[in-house]
Amino acid sequence: MSASETSPLEAWTALQAEAQQRERQRATGHPIQITVGLASCGIAAGGMETQAAFAEAIATQGLPAELRTVGCCGHCYAEPVVIIDHPQSGFPALFYHEVNPGKVHMLVRNFLLGGDPCLEHVMGAMEANDLLPAVNDFARFGLEKRIVMERCGRIDPASIAAYLADGGYGALASALALSPAEIVARITAAGLRGRGGAGYPTGEKWRLAASQSATERHLICNADEGDPGAYMDRTLIESNPHQLIEGMLIAAYAVGASRAKIYIRAEYPLAVSTLEVALAQARQHGLLGDAILGSHFGIEIEIFQGSGAFVCGEETALIRSMEGFRGTPRHRPPYPSVSGLFDAPTVINNVKTLSIVPPIIAKGADWFRGIGTAESPGTAIFSVVGDVTHPGLVEIPMGVTLRHLIFDVCGGIPDQKHFKAAQIGGPSGGCLNETFLDTPIDFDTLAEAGAMMGSGGLVVMNAESCMVDVARFFLEFTQKESCGKCAFCRIGTHHLLTCLEALTKGKAEAGALELLQTLSEDICNGSLCGLGKTAPNPVLTSLRHFAEDYRAHLEQQRCPGLTCRPLIAHYIDLEKCARGCDACVGVCPVAAVFTTSTRKKGIDIDLCIQCGECIAACPPQYDAVRVVSPPALAPRVERPQTDPPKNAEEG
Amino acid sequence: MVELIVDGHRMTVPPGQQLLAACLAEGIYIPHLCHLEEAPRPAAACRLCFVEIAGVPAPQPACTIRVASALKVRTDTPAVRRLQRMALRLLLSAHHIDCRRCHANRACALQSIARFLKVGLHPKPLMAIARPDEVDRHHPFIDHYPRRCVLCGRCVRTCRNGNDHPQFSFTGRGIDTVVRHYASNLALDKRCSECRRCVAACPVGALQWRREGAGASESVD
Ligand SMILES: Cc1cc2nc3c(=O)[nH]c(=O)nc-3n(C[C@H](O)[C@H](O)[C@H](O)COP(=O)(O)O)c2cc1C
Ligand code: SF4
Ligand code: SF4
Ligand code: SF4
Ligand code: SF4
Ligand code: FES
Ligand code: FES
Repeated sequence: MSASETSPLEAWTALQAEAQQRERQRATGHPIQITVGLASCGIAAGGMETQAAFAEAIATQGLPAELRTVGCCGHCYAEPVVIIDHPQSGFPALFYHEVNPGKVHMLVRNFLLGGDPCLEHVMGAMEANDLLPAVNDFARFGLEKRIVMERCGRIDPASIAAYLADGGYGALASALALSPAEIVARITAAGLRGRGGAGYPTGEKWRLAASQSATERHLICNADEGDPGAYMDRTLIESNPHQLIEGMLIAAYAVGASRAKIYIRAEYPLAVSTLEVALAQARQHGLLGDAILGSHFGIEIEIFQGSGAFVCGEETALIRSMEGFRGTPRHRPPYPSVSGLFDAPTVINNVKTLSIVPPIIAKGADWFRGIGTAESPGTAIFSVVGDVTHPGLVEIPMGVTLRHLIFDVCGGIPDQKHFKAAQIGGPSGGCLNETFLDTPIDFDTLAEAGAMMGSGGLVVMNAESCMVDVARFFLEFTQKESCGKCAFCRIGTHHLLTCLEALTKGKAEAGALELLQTLSEDICNGSLCGLGKTAPNPVLTSLRHFAEDYRAHLEQQRCPGLTCRPLIAHYIDLEKCARGCDACVGVCPVAAVFTTSTRKKGIDIDLCIQCGECIAACPPQYDAVRVVSPPALAPRVERPQTDPPKNAEEG
Repeated sequence: MVELIVDGHRMTVPPGQQLLAACLAEGIYIPHLCHLEEAPRPAAACRLCFVEIAGVPAPQPACTIRVASALKVRTDTPAVRRLQRMALRLLLSAHHIDCRRCHANRACALQSIARFLKVGLHPKPLMAIARPDEVDRHHPFIDHYPRRCVLCGRCVRTCRNGNDHPQFSFTGRGIDTVVRHYASNLALDKRCSECRRCVAACPVGALQWRREGAGASESVD
């Protein structure tokens, strides 16, 4: 390999100038810019139809508008989102939420053609102005601190020019001017900890791999993302693939890797194709392959599509799976940094970890340390779901409290309900009660509480949720996903699950809670890999922080969260039920609702499957359907002979 | 040479020696099922061989420890026994116990480990997983009893080490994980009839050489 005369920085400056030129040309040709969010979340909400409607309007009406796509901006509750930048209208760029094709026609007619921005459909302006509030003044926007997701939803993931013009690959250019050891030192100084769950210091991992004497070293990006409900890695790849590629190139250079791979689940087709496009573009621009940016450094990045098993996210199982074996974990040590893929030193990092690298190189270790806490610098990305007003992806500094995250950033709990629990970290994480609302969240405080950062899943639950059922849900998942190698995990989680199922049915025997506790502790201490070691966390934390839920199930066959169907009963409050109303009759899937002798409604306890449809159907001014636990509390209303159940009628 | 003190006994071993093998060679018994002397890396799957090492907070499987420097080891602390007994109870809870009709009776590692750890063969009612006994006849000459199998993987690894291609492999996940023989291959099948090492490697009665026409419950000696 021979390096050319220009330095990497010069080569990059030339690339960037060209990209900026292209971006400017693109913008000047089209006075109106329409941007649609089309990551998987936007597509699921109907973003494709939104885009098609705009495309058709532009074509048929000859609008001077350019239609661009971006990834996910994190505001999943507002999808499909559209940003319209129409400077001639006198308005700043505007952010529209929930834009369906009907809204598209209205916006085309009124705004693009008529100049009226339909302010009632605008969430806010993209920048501060005198006319209307900017989105950044809203808590859900302004309180976030975006480092990793900074460009997500802002640039077109399919355009390397957009990334370059925005300063992308500049960090790589400056990294190539440093020695590998200097980069490792900078990452170490920044205090970066792995975002794949456990928070292992990234600089230390890189140093260890780089210090091995080996002819070949590997870098693997872990994009398995197997936690139920976690989708931030997918979103990052779909929204800004080049930042990950840039981070991987810097990491590969720093650790002296000669091979680099992305392990991604095959169930992420959009992420895979986005990556393929981005890798091809990087190759065309001399950012991948031999002599990157004219330097002596060269590497290829390959995509490896995994079957998407949860356990294959565990690093040793991931390596086995890439080697062509069944994806089962192995004992560590040796750690992959010493002996990994095909026994060569291998650095495995998460998508988020690698995507944080370019900003650290560009802005420095001190800048990064200025965000977050001393022990956990930087930001955390949570996918907030459940009983919150503004769910979605949220990037916040480490160390903010749960209260701030849930109530300030995400708008609190809808319907004036009370906070009961937050489940953090998915199947390896834990359930925290309201005493943790003011605990700053970082790697270490969560570990102390028995939870963990994990993949960053955060499920917010109101008073109508059952912690026994939540534990059961996660154990069902981990039992199915256990690789089956070791006895504790394979058989132990099965017994935990059986015991939890018995509790949710009111059939648990005395001693069940002690068994759950002891067995959980032993599974944590005895299991081979992280899956088994953390699988009991949902049980242990809920036993610790919600003991009353467990005791109610065990001793009174009562479900305080009114969730476990065998332990609840629906009935209709005859005082409230409106004579002649039959809103609930049609929705009941099993025809359990009957008319009483007073022309009100009753529920046939023997038929009711406790689905809750009748609650939703009962008009709010009557609000007559009640749920109680244990079922014996429900008053029995006799079904009159004149209104027999349907099947009796037929028979 | 490196000095080891195990339960008060002093011994010296070459550096790099596996702790479990060193103890077994000295006549210090540590329960184990998945240990395979010739394997390059431990499976560490049965989770029975726990020991406590001075200076290390939690019990560690002895098969995963390569002795590099002097160690003080205890094989019988309460923490060790608690984990071993739980691991054994878990294995037994998923095991179809019918020793009298099992060809491994009296030569079975589960029986001897249960005796050593003073754990009854029939776990508490809360723990038993009810599954009927089964015989898997996928292999042309070898019967496999999945409900007796402890999934130690010794057959899989013995075969992989001895032959270039393992005849048995793991399949399924969670509690449904089993060892299975896949599609017959004539050349390999022929080798099996001369090898039979997996049958010998099985620590319990889960693999049995099948005599032509022999019924499932008959034993072949
Ligand atoms: C059961 C299990 C599943 C895991 N899944 C993932 C995953 O999907 N993505 C990931 O990055 N790390 C996952 N990990 C953590 C990895 O083993 C590894 O620690 C991580 O990829 C290292 O990257 P980091 O240092 O950047 O955090 C998992 C660990 C366990 C035990
Ligand atoms: S809870 Fe469901 S099954 Fe029961 S009465 Fe209401 S709608 Fe019917
Ligand atoms: S494998 Fe061992 S414990 Fe199981 S039935 Fe046979 S002899 Fe008994
Ligand atoms: S008999 Fe030999 S070749 Fe056949 S499965 Fe057993 S170990 Fe493998
Ligand atoms: S068949 Fe025997 S050797 Fe093979 S995994 Fe089962 S118990 Fe172990
Ligand atoms: S299968 Fe991973 S801990 Fe047992
Ligand atoms: S012999 Fe050590 S875990 Fe099985």
